[in-house]
Amino acid sequence: MIDVNVNLSRWPFRRLRGDEPDFLAAKLRSCGVQQAWAGTFDGVLHKDIASANARLASDCRQYGPGLLVPFGSINPKLPDWQEDVRRCHEQYKMPGIRLHPNYHGYDLTDAAFAELLHLAAARRMIVQLAVRMEDERTQHPLARVPPVDISRLPDLVASEPGVHVVILNYNSLEEPDLAKRATATGRVYFDISMVESVGGVARLASEVSPEHILFGSHYPLFCFESAQLKVREAGMDQAETQSVTRSNALQLLEAMK
Amino acid sequence: MTRRTLLTGVGLSSAIARTAAQNGRALESARHFRIWDEHCHLGQIPGDTPEQRMTALVRWADRLGIERLLLSQGYDTDLHPTPAGFREENDHVMRAVREFPDRAFGSVYLSPAYPEFSVQEFNRCVRDGPMVSIGELETDRRCSVPEMDVIVECAASMQVPILQHAWLKIGGNEPGESSPYDVVAIARRHPQVQFVCVHTGGDWERGIRIIRDTENVSADIAGSNPTSGFVEMAVRELGPERVIYGSDVGGRSFASQLAKVLGAEIPDTAKDLILGGNLRRLLAPVLRAKGYRT
Repeated sequence: MIDVNVNLSRWPFRRLRGDEPDFLAAKLRSCGVQQAWAGTFDGVLHKDIASANARLASDCRQYGPGLLVPFGSINPKLPDWQEDVRRCHEQYKMPGIRLHPNYHGYDLTDAAFAELLHLAAARRMIVQLAVRMEDERTQHPLARVPPVDISRLPDLVASEPGVHVVILNYNSLEEPDLAKRATATGRVYFDISMVESVGGVARLASEVSPEHILFGSHYPLFCFESAQLKVREAGMDQAETQSVTRSNALQLLEAMK
Repeated sequence: MTRRTLLTGVGLSSAIARTAAQNGRALESARHFRIWDEHCHLGQIPGDTPEQRMTALVRWADRLGIERLLLSQGYDTDLHPTPAGFREENDHVMRAVREFPDRAFGSVYLSPAYPEFSVQEFNRCVRDGPMVSIGELETDRRCSVPEMDVIVECAASMQVPILQHAWLKIGGNEPGESSPYDVVAIARRHPQVQFVCVHTGGDWERGIRIIRDTENVSADIAGSNPTSGFVEMAVRELGPERVIYGSDVGGRSFASQLAKVLGAEIPDTAKDLILGGNLRRLLAPVLRAKGYRT
């Protein structure tokens, strides 16, 4: 199983059972995860994002060799953010980066976003875009952050050949037309961490085809078992289950080589 | 690093790995529990009839080992139904239950906006009908209003629990939408009746604290993101006897809500209570009175 959506370090508003990297790695292994694409909670709010990415790379090496694959955070509103991309790619050998446009104060029409997509495509790096981190109705009153509007994403991806985007933490069933338009580019994928409604993953698979759905847990902010049980609830056949839980992610990595 | 600290470190790592591994096997233990889901609706379920929708729900429930569903509100998500609308939705629920009498119970949908009608509908559906509880009540009238008292008196007359929707939205609740403060207010006026604070207010870290000192209020964990720590905090602050599993299907999945319990770092005895034991205890008087065997 490949989990494309886990986070290391500390969530700013709550201690989590899995926020120690040794526990997180042991838990993922015990749940049958063979590879986990790991971002860092530090990348959401820290301004010294270079040190956040350095810690992420180091923790993945130390606590999850062969398991944790680091995806560094990039904030294109920080000065000289291009250097962060370079370090993620050249120094830490990361296969991708993770974005939090809502926490970093830009929307997808920002010129910096287009430049970032271009740079990621040129370096053959996967772009993960987190639409939200938590339910905006229950956020801390001094940290209210609306979700990212991704309605322009299909056009932006279509105009940037070579870019591959994984949308995290989005209930794509809320806007199935948008999900269809996005996946029609052939280069947009959705994780299942926030896909809701009963049988939601199976419904999404019928809307956008299973090839564009990736297993993502949003652990440790979410209970890992949620994504696991969603797959069981979906009742997909073995081939579809294998696609969602493993082979789609492997093919995406292969496509970026 | 000394040899002693190195060995200590190895010991700690092993302990962490063991704990995490036990946690990882939580899913396999799901089959050992008798799971009753206290919070289900027929809305957003495929099917043209209540029977078809219930057939679909049971198929999904079977995949996750869920034995019983407590159904309410029918199909409609309108929060301003007329008495005719309430009646129609309650009829939908009773049809679904009739199709699967071994898998579901019905819970009557009422509103303090229509107190006289609500008494009549309670009598039709619970006193003289097959239903076993009240709610989820979720209409444009907060549950702390005086008009709610006659509904609570109905509950007291048959010792049935009341499931009351409650949210605490950081941007403000909808007009007339109840919060856990409203649930506590009505529960304190009627200490002999058992209330379930549905969603625990959504913002559970505040909701749990609000209901903590009101012993006749339990926490329903349904209908919010499967955030780590929710069930652990509820058990710590309320005790496992006051925490109840529910999903809020069809808007939510069984999976995400069940995960809150199965993934929680609590003893299996607590999971057993949360996943069904507590609901069976709350419903025991009415199930006994109606001669339902479970």
